[in-house]
Amino acid sequence: MAVTNVLIAGVGGQGAVLASELLALAAIAAGKDVKQGEFHGVAQRGGAVFSHVRFGDRVYSPMAKRGDVDFLLALEKLEALRYAHFVKPGGTIIINDHKVEPIRVGDERPYPDDAIEALENRGFNVVAVNATEKAIQVGNHRAANVVLLGVLAASLDIPDEVWDETLRMRIPEKLLSLNQQAFSAGRQVTDN
Amino acid sequence: MKRLMSGNEAIAQGAWEAGVLFAAGYPGTPSTEVLERLAGYDEIDAHWSTNEKVAFDEGIGAALGGARTMVTMKHVGLNVAADPFMVFPYAGTNAGFVVLVADDPGMYSSQNEQDSRYFAKIAKVPILEPADAAEAHDMTKTAFELSERFETPVMFRTTTRLAHTRGIVKPGERVEAPRKEFSRKASQYAIPVYARFRRPELEAKLDKLREFAEEFEGNVIEEGSADVGIVSHGIPYQYVKEVMPEASVFKLGMIYPLPQEKLREFCARFDTVFVVEESEGFIEGEMAGFGITNVIGKERFTNIGELSADLVAAGLKGEAVPADFAQDLNILPRPPVLCAGCAHRGVFSTLKKLGVLVTGDIGCYTLGCLPPFDAMHTTFCMGASIGNASGFNRAGEENVVAVIGDSTFLHSGLSSLVSAAYNQVPTTTILLDNGTTGMTGHQEHPGTGHTLKGATAPAVDYETLIRAVGIEHVEVVDPWDLETTERAIKSGLAHDGPAVVIAQRHCNLLPEEKAREKTAYAVVPEDCILCEDCFMTGCPALVWEDDHPFIREWECVGCSMCAQLCPVDAIALTEEA
Repeated sequence: MAVTNVLIAGVGGQGAVLASELLALAAIAAGKDVKQGEFHGVAQRGGAVFSHVRFGDRVYSPMAKRGDVDFLLALEKLEALRYAHFVKPGGTIIINDHKVEPIRVGDERPYPDDAIEALENRGFNVVAVNATEKAIQVGNHRAANVVLLGVLAASLDIPDEVWDETLRMRIPEKLLSLNQQAFSAGRQVTDN
Repeated sequence: MKRLMSGNEAIAQGAWEAGVLFAAGYPGTPSTEVLERLAGYDEIDAHWSTNEKVAFDEGIGAALGGARTMVTMKHVGLNVAADPFMVFPYAGTNAGFVVLVADDPGMYSSQNEQDSRYFAKIAKVPILEPADAAEAHDMTKTAFELSERFETPVMFRTTTRLAHTRGIVKPGERVEAPRKEFSRKASQYAIPVYARFRRPELEAKLDKLREFAEEFEGNVIEEGSADVGIVSHGIPYQYVKEVMPEASVFKLGMIYPLPQEKLREFCARFDTVFVVEESEGFIEGEMAGFGITNVIGKERFTNIGELSADLVAAGLKGEAVPADFAQDLNILPRPPVLCAGCAHRGVFSTLKKLGVLVTGDIGCYTLGCLPPFDAMHTTFCMGASIGNASGFNRAGEENVVAVIGDSTFLHSGLSSLVSAAYNQVPTTTILLDNGTTGMTGHQEHPGTGHTLKGATAPAVDYETLIRAVGIEHVEVVDPWDLETTERAIKSGLAHDGPAVVIAQRHCNLLPEEKAREKTAYAVVPEDCILCEDCFMTGCPALVWEDDHPFIREWECVGCSMCAQLCPVDAIALTEEA
């Protein structure tokens, strides 16, 4: 009956949609019902993108209710703030400690550099990881999405073999090793 | 074998299994991926048409010719195809004909919210609407059976949420649908005197569809434990099940015509019944027409925007929707922007400088209406810019410029340009030719030299075409060259007849452009006088850092527009900086 709700948010081009597809595929491979609904506007780059992934015995709605999300995976700090209201009280927010300045369209408001503290102060379980840096270490900053999936994997009931199988199925051969390393780098974050 | 598929992918899979032989459409979010997927099947002849009416007309021909056919479009595309859509039902189809129409509640990528279900009612065409990807897959096959059984076009209606939500689908095998012979009966297809005979036959067909609706297995009552009755459909059904699994739900898969008797029996069991539907109160209105009045509908479930589980919980149970504290935090929005070095930036910074009135059109370049450009003053629908500019001119506005993309021009701008040429309206049209259909994700069109299936094709020669319709003042410029672009627009405006400037530069996101060797520009801080002129293109690669403009080398595509705007040559290629 229980459904796990994950919300993945980021900036267009960061791979939020791919990360949610990987999570959905892993959940199917683990024998669960899945719905994954993504939200984006027109196809230009640089806008906010977010995606709900819900899995369990039977999933109806493609999006979780506000206050029902178990895990928010934010590929960028400002986007963590933008979608945190979906997270349940005391729920987990895994944040890439990375800033992407939005392009300002006549808007002078400052970037909220204190995003992580602000979310901690609201009682969320915040796990801040510099996933972009870890991704650069394994070879490409674009793998930050998979680093964060690795961090999330530690809290989910999906076996590591299933994750590896999923990466093999979905990631092209030439990028597979990079993504496997990125996943492990994230997986090790909470192992200590 | 279970597969993860979006609603759009599932529809394409279902259509392939149903034996579809021909498919046509025009890109439009959220419908685009259906045709892209259909093109991936060898058995299906799929192509992009110049617009939705053309696709629909081609579809009619193919279906009458005996091939199972799908045509795809977004809601506003059906407006373009409305003419054949309204008349085709009089004739009826031969082989199965399904028109996929994707509505966009919430306007994620549209200029309006429009409930296409009303269109089908006017056309007297049945509507099927699935509630998730698995249903979309199965129901697509049903749509073709229905179409052939009743010899009618069928509207397959989806929404953004259905189209873009992935779920588990169990694909099946393709079953070939043999080509059906076309019989040449003018009485079925031509002139008013025959249409008058067809008119009552159309009503008789609708009566048969009404009987079918009563038996259709896609209209299903899911009995619940609580004494609450709900009528719903599509994605809203999922929200209902999420927030009130204990209710009895009459789930409608066929939205028009509705199963009147079954609905009447269902509603008689409850004091009041909730009707939970997205957009307008279409089902509620039909039920009112049946005399079913113990209904709570749009008074609780807004007709504006997209519904959600939260909004449905609020409507059914009076639950408060949890606050979005991001609003209290007053955080920055992150709007979509034109890419770094996008050629449209050159045109719009020039238009801003010239201060002319600009009528716009549909594409990435519609973002020209936002700062720092503020250089687009109207945008309505595909192909509108040129006609709108002509009208402004007739009202006495002298300096009017229409901007229109290449794909949009071929879609429905060309006929307006012919009209402007014919009537010698002295407006200037800028054809933004970026060599692709940019906004919807780089689809081929008749100007690209390639088809959806990857074959080479003749590419439209815009200059020759435009001259051929009678426009003498035509100039081709590179929009990265700001001085030439400005001179050409001014020259067009000074000309006393219609003028066209073709601003030609490929979209930076096309594979060959991405692969191009690029040299970035950089600001030389010692030379910079902090005048901010370089920011006039609004390029996302250019930011403030350490109190002077800074170019993010990894984003810069080397367009040089900021360097051209710099009055003191403080921006140079990185090799020289």
